[in-house]
Amino acid sequence: MTTDHPPDVSSTSEDRNASTPKIAVRGLYKVFGPDPARAIAALEKGATKGEVQSRLGNAVGVADVNLDIGEGETFVLMGLSGSGKSTLLRLLNRLHEPTRGSVVVDGTDITRLSKRELLEVRREKFSGMVFQQFAILPHRTVLDNVAYGLEVQGVPVAQRHERAQQAIELVGLAGWERSYPHQLSGGMQQRVGLARALAVDADVLLMDEAFSALDPLIRREMQDELIDLQARMRKTIVFVTHDLDEALRLGDRIAIMKDARVVQVGTPEEVITEPADDYVAAFVEGVDRSGVLTAGSIMQPVREVARLRDGPQTALSKMRRSGLSGILVVDRERRVLGYLTSERIVEALREGGVTQERIHGDLMEPATTVDADTPLSDVITIASGGSQPIAVVDGTGRLRGVVVKGAILAALARPHRNGGDAAEQDAGGDVAPPFTAGRAVLEARGA
Amino acid sequence: MLDVRVPIREWVSTAVEYMRDTFAPLFDGFADAVDALIGALLGALQWAPELVVIVAFAGLTALLAGWRVGVFALVGLFLVENVGLWQPFLQTLSLVLAAQVLILLVGVPLGILAARSDAVEGFLKPVLDFMQTMPAFVYLIPAVMFFGIGVVPGVVATFVFAIPPLVRLVNLGIRQVPADLIEAADAFGSTSWQRLVKVEMPVARPSIMAGVNQSIMLNLSMVVIAGMIGARGLGAEVLRGIQRLNVGQGFEAGLAVVIMAIVLDRVTASVGKRRARGA
Repeated sequence: MTTDHPPDVSSTSEDRNASTPKIAVRGLYKVFGPDPARAIAALEKGATKGEVQSRLGNAVGVADVNLDIGEGETFVLMGLSGSGKSTLLRLLNRLHEPTRGSVVVDGTDITRLSKRELLEVRREKFSGMVFQQFAILPHRTVLDNVAYGLEVQGVPVAQRHERAQQAIELVGLAGWERSYPHQLSGGMQQRVGLARALAVDADVLLMDEAFSALDPLIRREMQDELIDLQARMRKTIVFVTHDLDEALRLGDRIAIMKDARVVQVGTPEEVITEPADDYVAAFVEGVDRSGVLTAGSIMQPVREVARLRDGPQTALSKMRRSGLSGILVVDRERRVLGYLTSERIVEALREGGVTQERIHGDLMEPATTVDADTPLSDVITIASGGSQPIAVVDGTGRLRGVVVKGAILAALARPHRNGGDAAEQDAGGDVAPPFTAGRAVLEARGA
Repeated sequence: MLDVRVPIREWVSTAVEYMRDTFAPLFDGFADAVDALIGALLGALQWAPELVVIVAFAGLTALLAGWRVGVFALVGLFLVENVGLWQPFLQTLSLVLAAQVLILLVGVPLGILAARSDAVEGFLKPVLDFMQTMPAFVYLIPAVMFFGIGVVPGVVATFVFAIPPLVRLVNLGIRQVPADLIEAADAFGSTSWQRLVKVEMPVARPSIMAGVNQSIMLNLSMVVIAGMIGARGLGAEVLRGIQRLNVGQGFEAGLAVVIMAIVLDRVTASVGKRRARGA
């Protein structure tokens, strides 16, 4: 009852990692109760978890899950309680025995391993697990708790204490080595849980609602530290949570689970801007979008720019033709040089003596530019400081698009049920009157 | 009501006689081993000077259960020595310890097996109920038949009577280890033995020690009964007091049993609690 799907490592589908995934899940099912084959047959025909439960009496943990988790990726499994996310996590290291399907870790299908081989995989590939209720041993000191994973591997005591010590320092618990768990606060206990996993130093870190039992401030702090640690260590983290904000903060990619099935896999931005169905849309509604959306996701194509060689009349006519009151000036490589407003050019023309040199000299204002990865929350701060549209540039300073105030407000105001073009539509006309002032700065309907 | 009587009596007697005849060498070997164990314990206790044994006991008690219990042990043991019950006291103590060794050797693994398997637990539960509720005197008859008069049948009867709470509490303790600790042990690649000795047993220690404590108390309650089948010690002293209608003599011996019980109880109870706190 292990697998009838051959491990299919080569086809990584649309996964961004061209290389072999660290963990590949194929056709994975976990059904509890008698005659699971019948339940799987029903699930394959499209029966829901609830239908199987009421008709056949089988509890369905996980149904038909296919995932590729890349090396060094923080992969979040998100869903409400009972959606199967914790069960799926436990199938990855076979704490739960899969009913069907395969879990391939570094090319090894762990569903086919013997008990002994499985033990080796758990020791070498996985850094144990971090649990919601910490699951640290009450009778052991912090040091001996952290050293547990190394201890069961038979690492000599001096060596394992040294590595445990390093992990303890990594999570900021230095000085607490000799303390017992009951002497620590919840946040500190979870640091012990995290250090215990880090001490093992294997590639894959499994975290089950690791921060859910902590109060919000501590949770935030732990999330930041995890992000920090991950930036240095590049482990493959599979993180289970029911908290969307946490998923969006931590995840490189998020898999959203509902009723034992994965309904969407995508980057935080994709999940927010292109929810796969109403369930996901309802889920992401009301989330603090400003921390997730980036300048790149709400920017619009630039309709018209002024070139270096353009004289004042050319610049003005470009503005007039596209209905703009100002225009970005770029060089031959589309690098942003500055910003011109029609107001200043007209003023200068009235005074006389406008040359091409002056256009690129004192008439031009410095442009406001942001990187495409800049979070929306930062873009808002920048936008509130001036009336210019914000130029979005790539790493080499080339112009990729613009963000206008109307688009920012529209992005914050509503979830994008219609997909990624919502911002464009908003800017294109159906925005409520308060936003039109911003829109007047730069027309962006065309593309 | 019925003409035919269900011959339970005959069945049991026949079975016991059959076992006695068939397994005689086995029983003899077992009896010799238990005799040797008790002899060794007693020999060690008698070899050292009385004062040294008393102070050592009191010191050990103080170390494990605190100075109050230590002082109590010191005073109590001096009192026992003073009324001339030192030899019976040591005889009883070695019988109790020998029985307890057997109880631990069998009870803890049985409890672990029961915790690991619902089938084993389901089988053991009625057996343990039976063992614990059947009047202890009943065990004495077959025990004497198998092992003859003396200390060994006392140890065996004590064993049968006192082992159930230990098995129960080891089983319960291990079953009550939080599921996430078990998962943590597994996730880090523990073998099932490592999981047992590094996680389950230590976490279940308070419950296991409660079982040890309970079985020691039941063990002690068998001391007087064991005296009836020829085991020397405080039990025999109590019986002598009863036979002579000498209230004072019986009371002295009974008091010595109480002193031993209190010390053993406090020591085992505090070991369980202390480890649970992780101090």
